[in-house]
Amino acid sequence: MRKDNKKKFSVGVLPVYVVLIIASLLSLFPFYWMFVMATRPSEAYNSIPPAIIPGTKLVENFQMVLDSIPFFQAMWNTIVLCTSVTVVVLIISSLAGFAFSKFNFPGKNIFFVLILLTMVVPPQLGLIPQYYLVSKLGWLDTLFGAGILYLLNPLGIFLMRQYVTQSVPDELIEAAKLDGCSNFRIYRSIVLPIIKPAFATLGIIVFTLVWGEFLWQFTVLRSPESYTLQVALASLNNAYNVDFGMLLSGVFWATVPLILIFLMFNRLFISSITEGSVK
Amino acid sequence: MELTRNKQESTAPKKRKLSERKKDMLSGYLYIAPFFIIFGVIGLYPALFSIVLAFNKWSGFGDMEFVGLQNFTLVLQDPLFWKSLYNTVIMGLMGTAPQLIVGIVLAYFLNMAVIKFTNFFRVTIFMPYITSMVAVALVFGVFFSNNESALANYVIGWFGIDPVNWKTSEWGAKIAISLMVFWRWVGYNTIIYLAGLQSIPKDLYEAATIDGANKVQQFFHITIPLLKPFILLTVFMSTVGAMQLFAEPTVFLGSSAFTRDEAMTVVMYLYRDAFNLNSFGTASATAVLLLIIIVVVASINTWLTSGKKLKKGRVKNAKR
Repeated sequence: MRKDNKKKFSVGVLPVYVVLIIASLLSLFPFYWMFVMATRPSEAYNSIPPAIIPGTKLVENFQMVLDSIPFFQAMWNTIVLCTSVTVVVLIISSLAGFAFSKFNFPGKNIFFVLILLTMVVPPQLGLIPQYYLVSKLGWLDTLFGAGILYLLNPLGIFLMRQYVTQSVPDELIEAAKLDGCSNFRIYRSIVLPIIKPAFATLGIIVFTLVWGEFLWQFTVLRSPESYTLQVALASLNNAYNVDFGMLLSGVFWATVPLILIFLMFNRLFISSITEGSVK
Repeated sequence: MELTRNKQESTAPKKRKLSERKKDMLSGYLYIAPFFIIFGVIGLYPALFSIVLAFNKWSGFGDMEFVGLQNFTLVLQDPLFWKSLYNTVIMGLMGTAPQLIVGIVLAYFLNMAVIKFTNFFRVTIFMPYITSMVAVALVFGVFFSNNESALANYVIGWFGIDPVNWKTSEWGAKIAISLMVFWRWVGYNTIIYLAGLQSIPKDLYEAATIDGANKVQQFFHITIPLLKPFILLTVFMSTVGAMQLFAEPTVFLGSSAFTRDEAMTVVMYLYRDAFNLNSFGTASATAVLLLIIIVVVASINTWLTSGKKLKKGRVKNAKR
């Protein structure tokens, strides 16, 4: 028996490892290459064969980035935008998810179907009026104008309703009511602590979504002081003669924070994908 | 004595229950209100406004002028619209269809009990997804530059292919953009398929093995049919996402994004109409057309995928 297993292992499984290793290398290579380019002078780009070993210009290239875009301002703007949108979406979604799960009120089902419908409509449909609205209200070039669009997150309500239904027993709420708890008190002291794991999942989904979204930020943020990372990076590529070393240095330093967060919480990130979409 | 006590007890909770129901109703409305206020202001109102705009001529200032279907005929008679639709469909197909196959194979491998280091492979294969679309487009933009010494040109040189002007050639731009879409999303789909595979009970495979089914038969008669809902989900999401392609080509092409047509997508066409040409009417008509296209294409794709898998399911049942 044992011999059989061993034989099977060595013959059948090797190609599988080869495929997985190649897939991993192809996934990682652009990250590595981005780092290499960020450390090379732009001339290195014209050399044949192309450079694939890091150079010495890490600091110089980043200095050039700082000279052409307000990098740290953009980083700060992005962090403020992502954090505030995430917090607000978590509050809105958990309140509504709690209501849809535990309260009965006329029209509840119609409202819920309406939320599902909003998930299907492509965001571009309203782009022009949204832009018009934001500009009329004087929110162009502000993080508020950039953030308001992401507050509309039907998936969040969907997830929260599911989670509250699964993990907050009706008896617990009944008991709290008998003790004279108000509904908001129940939300704050009973529901919130229980649904913390769902907060982590939804928080990661919203945070990465806002971090990477481009079309709306590109439309609303027009002056460099209000740029987020994505808009700032894209603007680096608009010059006629782009310095590739500088360009990828900008991309590298803008990507590093997210990679670090991902490596720390990779299980959470990966489970957020399945929880956010499979259910 | 006992009777009266019972009566008292039963009336008191009833009263409280009634007021509690009202309270719950009020809380219910109150708690869903924030979402629906936001939905009304930045969701519903703009969507309806777009549909109205599609039938009007408007440059963002002054009065709108009702023009009937003129915006639609203008867009539908514009060769650039059809070119952008063609580009979107071609890049959508090239960027997402291979993900289906590669994603399922990778997920299948990651789900094999004998494979070690699966968490390492999972993390590395998923990692491209966390990079932003802009970052991917810029990195691939340097990789696929028009330069003769671009890394992409160096690599295809190994196979005896002449250097390509990736950013200004019809197929060069499309291939580069499809590849970056593929690279960023394949890990995401792999994770979804992996979740699907893990939901398939192990004893199904054991039973099939006892019945003498080999691995390939098991794959096509157990794995694929049971994976169907997950495949449908990814096909739906990929289709909708592909039809909305904007950031990758825009950033990849940089300053020539809205002046060349090799990789212009429908959303880029819409954006150009609205914000470069101030023609909000035709841009809104394009947005409405895009919505219709997305609904049609997503339905066709979902129908195709579910149809095929249904047949296989039937074969399996018949064999039983």
